Amino acid sequence: MFRLFSMRLLQAILVMIAVTAIAFVMFRFVGDPISSMVREGATQAEKDALRMALGLDKPILTQFFDFVGQVLTGDLGTSFRYQQPVVSLLMSRLPATLELVIVATFLALAVGIPLGVLCALKPHSFLSRLTQATTLVGISMPTFVTGLLLILVFAVTLRWLPSSGRGDLVDLGLWKTGFLTLSGLKSLILPSITLALFQLTLIMRLVRSEMIDVLSSDYIRFAFARGLPRAYIYGRLALRNALMPVVTVTGLQIGQLIAFAIVTETVFQWPGMGLLFTNAVGYPDVPVLAAYLLFVGFLFVMINMIVDILYTFIDPRLRTR
Amino acid sequence: MTDTKTPVLDIQKLRVEYPLASGDTLVAVKDIDLLIRPGEIHALVGESGAGKTTVGNALMGLLQAPGKIVSGSIEIAGKPIDLCTGRTEGIVPGRDVGAIFQDPMTSLNPLFTVESQLCEGMLAHLKLSRAEAKARALELMKAVGIPEPERRLGSYPHQLSGGQRQRVVIATALACSPQLIVADEPTTALDVSVQAQILKLIRDLADQRGVGVLLVTHNMGVVAEIADRVTIMQNGAVVESGLAREVLTAPKATYARTLIAAVPPIEIRLDRLPVPSEETQVTLDARASVRSKSTKSETGSRDDVVLSVRALAVEYGGRSLIPGRKASVFKAVKGVSFDVRRGEIFGLVGESGCGKTTVANTIAGLVIQSSGTIDFQGTALGAKREKSVRKSLQMVFQDPYSALNPRLRINSAIAEPILFYKLASNAEEARQDARTLLEAVGLPADAGSRFSHAFSGGQRQRIAIARALGPRPSLLICDEPTSALDVSVQAQLLNLLKDLRDLAGLSMLFISHDLAVIRQMCDRIAVMKSGEIVELAETETLFIAPKHDYTKELLRLAPSLDRILSRQAAE
Repeated sequence: MFRLFSMRLLQAILVMIAVTAIAFVMFRFVGDPISSMVREGATQAEKDALRMALGLDKPILTQFFDFVGQVLTGDLGTSFRYQQPVVSLLMSRLPATLELVIVATFLALAVGIPLGVLCALKPHSFLSRLTQATTLVGISMPTFVTGLLLILVFAVTLRWLPSSGRGDLVDLGLWKTGFLTLSGLKSLILPSITLALFQLTLIMRLVRSEMIDVLSSDYIRFAFARGLPRAYIYGRLALRNALMPVVTVTGLQIGQLIAFAIVTETVFQWPGMGLLFTNAVGYPDVPVLAAYLLFVGFLFVMINMIVDILYTFIDPRLRTR
Repeated sequence: MTDTKTPVLDIQKLRVEYPLASGDTLVAVKDIDLLIRPGEIHALVGESGAGKTTVGNALMGLLQAPGKIVSGSIEIAGKPIDLCTGRTEGIVPGRDVGAIFQDPMTSLNPLFTVESQLCEGMLAHLKLSRAEAKARALELMKAVGIPEPERRLGSYPHQLSGGQRQRVVIATALACSPQLIVADEPTTALDVSVQAQILKLIRDLADQRGVGVLLVTHNMGVVAEIADRVTIMQNGAVVESGLAREVLTAPKATYARTLIAAVPPIEIRLDRLPVPSEETQVTLDARASVRSKSTKSETGSRDDVVLSVRALAVEYGGRSLIPGRKASVFKAVKGVSFDVRRGEIFGLVGESGCGKTTVANTIAGLVIQSSGTIDFQGTALGAKREKSVRKSLQMVFQDPYSALNPRLRINSAIAEPILFYKLASNAEEARQDARTLLEAVGLPADAGSRFSHAFSGGQRQRIAIARALGPRPSLLICDEPTSALDVSVQAQLLNLLKDLRDLAGLSMLFISHDLAVIRQMCDRIAVMKSGEIVELAETETLFIAPKHDYTKELLRLAPSLDRILSRQAAE
C-alpha cells in the first residue's frame, strides 16, 4: 500500500518536472514577448532595459532554474497583459470554474448513474428508451448549441434564470462563492447543466454497459441462487462492480472540465479560467499560458493519483497483502 | 431433523421450452422424472446440451428468459413449485435450496469479503443479527475445513486458492441449512487433489446433515465416487436412471453404454477408444493423401530426437520502475529437460500452475525462455525463428471456441498458413489442400465454406487440428486439446490424433491434466510439479510402478470408474 503510494508520487513528480520544462520552453521560445510589450517605435536600449528587468538576458539554464525556483515558491510571474501576478489572476478565476465543475459533476453522477442502472435493468421500458434517445442527442450536440438553446428557453423566453455571469457573490477571503446567494445559485443552473450534459451521457452509457456485463457474471447469478433481495443485489453487489470504471472516467472528466470548460464559459460569460486562457492565447500572454499549462498538468497528475488511490480502496485485489 | 420419508426433491414430467426466434420451440427438458430423498446424492449426467443444467436452474427459479416451464410439477420438500413464477410457495432459494456453481474463481464477488458474502444470506433469510451471523459463518468455515477460519473471514476471494473458494461457496450454500443442494459441476474447474477433498466434503454433508444433493456433472469418475443414484440425460430426455453402481456397471440403454465406454480408462491402455461412429472411406483416403505429402520431407528413423529441451527456465515479472532494483520474480519453469523422438507422443502432465503450458508456449515461441536451450531438428530456438522452423512447429489450443477467427471462412482459415509458407503454388491449390485436410479430420469437404460458429466444439477442434496440419509440421503441440469437450467427442478426437500420428509420422507434445487421457495417448510422460519435472518415464512404467510420491498421489486421487466400481464390488 505504502509502496504503491510512493511509486505513484514518484511518477507524479517526474511528470511535473516534464511539464515544468515544457512550460519553461514555451516561456522562452514562443515569440518574443518584448516586442509585444513595448510601445511602438521603442529604441533598442529601451527593449534591452526591459529584457534585463524581466531577466530574459541570462543563460537558458539559469533562467530554467530561476523559473523552477519561482514556481516552487508559488511565484508564476507577472502577466504581460494585466501587469498583475499570475497567481492572483488564477486565484480570482479558479473559484468560478471550480464551483461550476463541482455542480456539473454532481449533476452528471446523480442523474447518470441511476439512469444507467435503469437502462441496464429494464432495457425495453419506455423510460430507458427515452433516456437512450435523449442522451444520444445530448452527446452529439455541440456544447455551445445546447448552451444557447438553454439561454433561449429559460433566460430569454421564460425569464426564469439569468443568462450570464455569476450573480451575487459572497467573499470568503481567498474564495468568492456563488453558493451562498440565491442569484448565485440561479446563475449556476444553466451553465452547469450545459457542462454536465456530455458527462451525464458518458456516465450513463458507461454504467449501463458495465452493469449489463456484471449482471451476467457468475457471482450475480450465484447471488440470485442464494435468494438475496433484488434491491440488495442490484444496488450493492452489482453496482459496486459496475462503478469501477466510472471512478476513472469521472476523475479524468473533472480534469477535462476544469481545464477546458472554455466553450461553456464563453457562452455564459462565466468569469472562469477558460476565459482567462482564451484571452491569453490571443495576446500572447506567455506567463499566463505557462502558468495555465503548469496548473492543468498539476491538476491531471493529482486527479490521476487520487483515482489510483481510490481504486485501491474500492478494489481489494489491488491492495498488496 | 428432516422427515426422512418426504423426498427433498420430486420432479414429475418436467418440460422446459425455449421459444426460438424462428417461431419454433426448443424443448430443453423433455418430461423428466427425478426423485431425491434426504441424504441422497443424485447425479444428473449428460453431454453439453443435454439439459442437465436447465433442470437445476428450473428448480431454483433461475431459468433465463425466454425459457419457461411448460408442464409437469416440481416439489421441494413436499411443497409444489408455482410453474408460472418458477417459485415455490414457502420455499426460498438460498434458504431451502442451496447452490454450488462450477467455477469458484467467478462465483464469488471480488469486491466483498468472505464474511460479508457468507452472512448476507443469513441476514436476509434467517433474520439473524450481525453477531449471530458472524458466529455461524465461523462455524461454517470450520465445517467446510478452511484453515485459519477467523482470519479467512476477513479475506477477499482473490486471496484464497481455488479449492478454498469452492469451500466458501459450499459454506454459503449451507449457510441457511437447506434441505436440497444443487451442485452444478462443482469440481470441474479444480485439480484432482482438490476435487477429491471437495467430493468428500459433499458426501459428508449428505451423510451427516441429511442434505439431498442434485449433482450435475459430465464426469463419470465423479459419479462413481460419490453418487447414490444416477440419471443419464440425452437431448433433454432421460435415457436411463437407477442406482449409480448398476447403471455404471451394466448400462441398459445404448446411449448410456456408449457414453460410459467413451470414458478413457486410467487402468488400461486401449488401442482405440470405442466411439459410436467410425471413419468413412473418404476420411481414410484423405489421410493417405495427407501422409503422402508429409512423408516426402520426412527422412530418418523413428528414434531420431526431434525436439530436445535442456535446463529450460522461464521467469515472469522482474522489471522494476526504479532502475537497478529487481522486483519480485515468478519462476514458472525451473530447469526442465526432455527429448521428443520422431513419431512419439510425449505427455506433460501436472496440476494447474505447474508450468506445463508455459513449457509448451516457450517451445512454440509465444514465451521467451530466461535460460536453457530448445533444440528443434538441429536448430537452436530463440526469440527469432526461421520460417522453416515455425512451419514445422504447430499448435492446437485448449479452447476451440476462441481459437478460430469468427470472421474467416473455414477454408480460408486452413488455407492461410498453407499459402503463407508457400506450400501451394496458388490459392486454388491451397483451398484444395484445405478440403483434403477437412476430410482427413473427418469433416465433410463442403464444411469449408462456412464460418466457425456453424460448428460444435468438437468440430471446431477438428478444424483447429486441420489448420495445424496444413503447414505439414513435424511436431504438433497439443495443449489440453480435449478438456473443453464432451467425453464421446473427446474419444473421437483422441482417436483422430493417434491416427494422424501413425499415418503421418508426426511427433506430438501432448499436455493434459487428465491422467486417463495421458495414458491413452502418450508413449512417454513427464510429470510436472511447481515448474519442475519430478518423474519422466515410459507410460506403462509410470502407471504401473510410479516412483515419485507426487505421481503416486496423482494416480491415487484421480477418480476412476473401474477402480471405484471394483472397490465397491469388494465391499
